[in-house]
Amino acid sequence: MNVSVNPVAKAAVAPGATGIAIDKVSHVFNRGAANEFVALDQVSLDIRPGEFHCLLGPSGCGKSTLLYLIGGFIQVQSGSISTSRGKVSAPGPDRGVVFQNFALFPWLTVRDNILYGLKKRRIARAEREDIARKFIDLVHLRGFENAYPSQLSGGMQQRAAIARTLAIDPDILLMDEPFGALDAQTRRLMQEELLGIWKTSSKIVVFVTHDVQEAVFLADRVSVMSARPGRIAHVIDAGFNRSSDPDIVRSPAFVECGENLWQLVKTQANLQSSRSAT
Amino acid sequence: MTWLRAPLRYLPVLILALVWELVVRLGLVSDQILPALSDVAAAWWRLMVEGDIPLHAKASFGRAAYGLAIAAVIGGVGGLAMVQSRTVYRLLNPILQMLYPIPKSALIPLVLIFFGIGSASKVFLIALGCTLPILLSTLNGARGVDRSVLWSAESLGASRLATLWEIRVPAAMPEILAGLRTATAFCFILLVSSELLISRDGLGYLIANFGEAGIYPEMFAVILTVAATGFCVDRLLLALSRFVLRWQAPS
Repeated sequence: MNVSVNPVAKAAVAPGATGIAIDKVSHVFNRGAANEFVALDQVSLDIRPGEFHCLLGPSGCGKSTLLYLIGGFIQVQSGSISTSRGKVSAPGPDRGVVFQNFALFPWLTVRDNILYGLKKRRIARAEREDIARKFIDLVHLRGFENAYPSQLSGGMQQRAAIARTLAIDPDILLMDEPFGALDAQTRRLMQEELLGIWKTSSKIVVFVTHDVQEAVFLADRVSVMSARPGRIAHVIDAGFNRSSDPDIVRSPAFVECGENLWQLVKTQANLQSSRSAT
Repeated sequence: MTWLRAPLRYLPVLILALVWELVVRLGLVSDQILPALSDVAAAWWRLMVEGDIPLHAKASFGRAAYGLAIAAVIGGVGGLAMVQSRTVYRLLNPILQMLYPIPKSALIPLVLIFFGIGSASKVFLIALGCTLPILLSTLNGARGVDRSVLWSAESLGASRLATLWEIRVPAAMPEILAGLRTATAFCFILLVSSELLISRDGLGYLIANFGEAGIYPEMFAVILTVAATGFCVDRLLLALSRFVLRWQAPS
């Protein structure tokens, strides 16, 4: 198995190639019932190879639904989603996932959590032990290999979950508000670490968040979604993630991008509240 | 002082024993109704040495073990089958809803007709009564697994069948073990009550026999034996749970 984190710096994103092609995807929950609602309405989006893409929007805009559809966790009802491996129809180890609630297996130690996917891929024992060790080091959990998730802080649990997902070397990393349950300080540290890990890989990251600052900090591009029905209202270029300047967050361009995004999100949120008020 | 904590927890039991002894010794309660605890202890020792309690205990606990084992297998497999298959769920659920509220001891006359006075009737009754709590706890535990945990396993390469065994079962283990404890309590109740009414051996039979003959110290000795055994089995299960669930956060 080729391990995901290679030291070669990634090439710039090629706008022509296809990473994830989302084509006119609609999704209706409780179809036909009184509480039927349209979570996604004709969503089309091309996510480029190697791109860090944030889905940003008010709660209920369907951003998590879109992520679960890419993951294959819920079935595509209409439209299609394709990756370089073809049409998505079921979950698969080419698309790793990290959830807000960590979703670790609480009855397994950190090491065994990370080994789970490697065993599923039938990697030989010695090799999977090596891979596990490597990813435990990568997320700074050395010394906690034999701890159970309940013995770890939230930040450490999320590190373990990220290591578990990275260990099976997925092409695509799906992250559902992964830092939403963490305190502000831990969140910032995790964002920086995630960027560091991503920069040395060639993975696509699809990252769901409702935090504007987080989106600007992490993303190549940000999709701003509207709610009820969920649509992609704007796709904004950010790209500050490519900068090596640690003070980029204080640069006028960064601040302005955040302000613009915030206006767009606020408009969507206001539309939503005025619509639900009537 | 930590070494004192465990014995101290059972101090109320000791006080109760002392009160029991005193009220009889002081003549507040006639020893025709309630034999003194010391007399019960002496009777217990006699029954142990002469082999009555060991003999009947062997019969009783064999039935309990068989009944519980059958219940654990049927309850576990049934609960998981109901989680895995919607059809099985739709088929079994209404039957379970019907069976659940029936006091299983009400079936004692019926199992006597079906299975006779031997061990089979008790084993059947225990198996029936204990299957339900185990099945329902397995079902609820395995169904209630967070979807993000299941999805994580699937995206790591687990098949649906693999998630049943590798994810749902361990995730449901707290509920399953709690169900097993409940089932064990039911097991003792059903064991003794069925042996009281329809049996020629076993501790329940012994209690009935001494009771009818008016030999109360012996009767109490057997009752206390059942109580002590039930307590010990429950403690063992609790210790087992703590070991199996050592991954849980200490509450």
